[in-house]
Amino acid sequence: MIIIKNLVKKYGEFYALHGLNFEVNENEIFGLLGPNGAGKTTLIHILATLLKPTEGYAIVNGFNVLHDATKVRESIGVVFQAPSSDDMLTGYENLKVHALLYGIPSKKREIRISEVLKLVGLEERKNDQVKKYSGGMRRRLEIARGLLHNPKVFFLDEPTLGLDPQSRDIMWTYIKKIVKEENVTIILTTHYMEEADTLCDRIGFIANGRIIALDSPLNLKQEIGGDIVKITFTDDIHANTDFADFDFVHRVENNGNSVIIYMDEVNSNLHRLVKHLDDVKSIEYTKPTLNDVFLKLSGDTLSGDSPEGGFMQRYAQYKKS
Amino acid sequence: MLSIRNLNFNIILGQLYALWLREFKVFLRERSRLVASTFTPLLWLFVIGSGLGSTNLQIGTDYQKFIFPGIICMSVIFTSVFFGSYIIWDRKFDFLKSVMVAPSSRTTVFVGKTLGGMTTSLFQVGIILIIGMVLGINYDAISLLQIISIVLILSFGLTSLGLTFGSYIESLEGFQLIVSFVVFPLFFLSGALFPIDNLPPWLKFITLVDPATYSVDALRNSLLHLGTYSFDLDIELLLLFTLIITLIGIFSFKRMKAV
Repeated sequence: MIIIKNLVKKYGEFYALHGLNFEVNENEIFGLLGPNGAGKTTLIHILATLLKPTEGYAIVNGFNVLHDATKVRESIGVVFQAPSSDDMLTGYENLKVHALLYGIPSKKREIRISEVLKLVGLEERKNDQVKKYSGGMRRRLEIARGLLHNPKVFFLDEPTLGLDPQSRDIMWTYIKKIVKEENVTIILTTHYMEEADTLCDRIGFIANGRIIALDSPLNLKQEIGGDIVKITFTDDIHANTDFADFDFVHRVENNGNSVIIYMDEVNSNLHRLVKHLDDVKSIEYTKPTLNDVFLKLSGDTLSGDSPEGGFMQRYAQYKKS
Repeated sequence: MLSIRNLNFNIILGQLYALWLREFKVFLRERSRLVASTFTPLLWLFVIGSGLGSTNLQIGTDYQKFIFPGIICMSVIFTSVFFGSYIIWDRKFDFLKSVMVAPSSRTTVFVGKTLGGMTTSLFQVGIILIIGMVLGINYDAISLLQIISIVLILSFGLTSLGLTFGSYIESLEGFQLIVSFVVFPLFFLSGALFPIDNLPPWLKFITLVDPATYSVDALRNSLLHLGTYSFDLDIELLLLFTLIITLIGIFSFKRMKAV
């Protein structure tokens, strides 16, 4: 559905995107994860034809973002980070304005507007001005707006940023519902590992303008080395036990009087391990989360955090203009 | 082939209607904006008009009536040019982005926005015209038609000017500052407050370059039969100005950064 080939975006000497290559399949939810300033939003802007890449190209729904911008725009819906609905208008009016912009014929327009309003659960509030909406409702209106023209690809740039946990849960429910009912491919960016884990079929980690990992959440978590067990001993000496004999142990991290063990099949193997240990104070067992994956990956590659639309990027832009 | 073209034309009309509709609804809901921006012209009309009018100027008519066309233009100048600041608002939150990812051309976006600005100006002029009746200014069908045409042409041009500035300037504060340097000379040099027949040559020259001069003159022709130039010449020059500035505006919009 989306093919990205050698995509580079430079601001002066600063690389916002450093040669991206990957594909997004039809009807999947693809997550873009990465720290602030990693290039997620830049990538979405390029795919949505708002920015021109310095090098490379991308194909969205069979159309090249460089040459067929209008065709690409007809195929995509976008929900941006900042609210983009006019809060002086009612929810319904915002949708009507956008339906007209997309040239949806008048007969279909009303039907489709009620459909999307129903989809995001805003029918009852459609005649209220958007300024009276809560943060979660606004976000849902944006989603309705993005889906009005039956796009093939739907971009969600941090759809749950700034929402309370309850609104976030509701949002997730709607996003899952959309994929089922609207038959779209979704690209979403997020900072929340839990969100990516719940929603995404595949995840691409971006850091410093590069994809550093790309796989399903399950595979990414397995890559880290199975399950994680933290064993705390009564003193440091016992913690220095050698675990090399156990073939199911992948990796061990010593940390004072505790060790973190990455191993296969905790349920069947843990008792074999414990039999050989003395003076154990406590055992904690966790499934690896995407957070562990993220921390491991970013530990390898990240030099630091740069703000959204980072300083260097702005400086380079400023120098250019 | 013809049907495809018709279809596209319909879509573009729909897009223009959408952009206009949004501006119009916002305008209707922000009545304080209308009240505030009508206040300044009235202040000029009544305070300056009556104040200077009491000093027996040699202008062939009552001073308050004399500046009435100028005050109409003033209202159009201020409203239209400052309307350009809304494009900065649209960029500040992501409304503009959401319009830019829709399959509408930037020219359409520009013209739609301009139509919104024209409507705002027209409403304001309507209010001033009603007050004009109190001052003893008479309209007939022809002069009303002429006034509306002049106001529409001028506000189209000046909204384009405002949007052109708006497409280059990033902050609202910057916009206010820079636009003040444009708006006040446009107004003061248009002959809105004084006859331009006997001006010193340097000042006369500047008034000739000011497009607002021709709108003031056209309105004076139409309302008071006191114009310096012929009505037709006024309209032709106004149209020329509006055409040029609209082209510049569309060009600026096309090169404006979307993000």
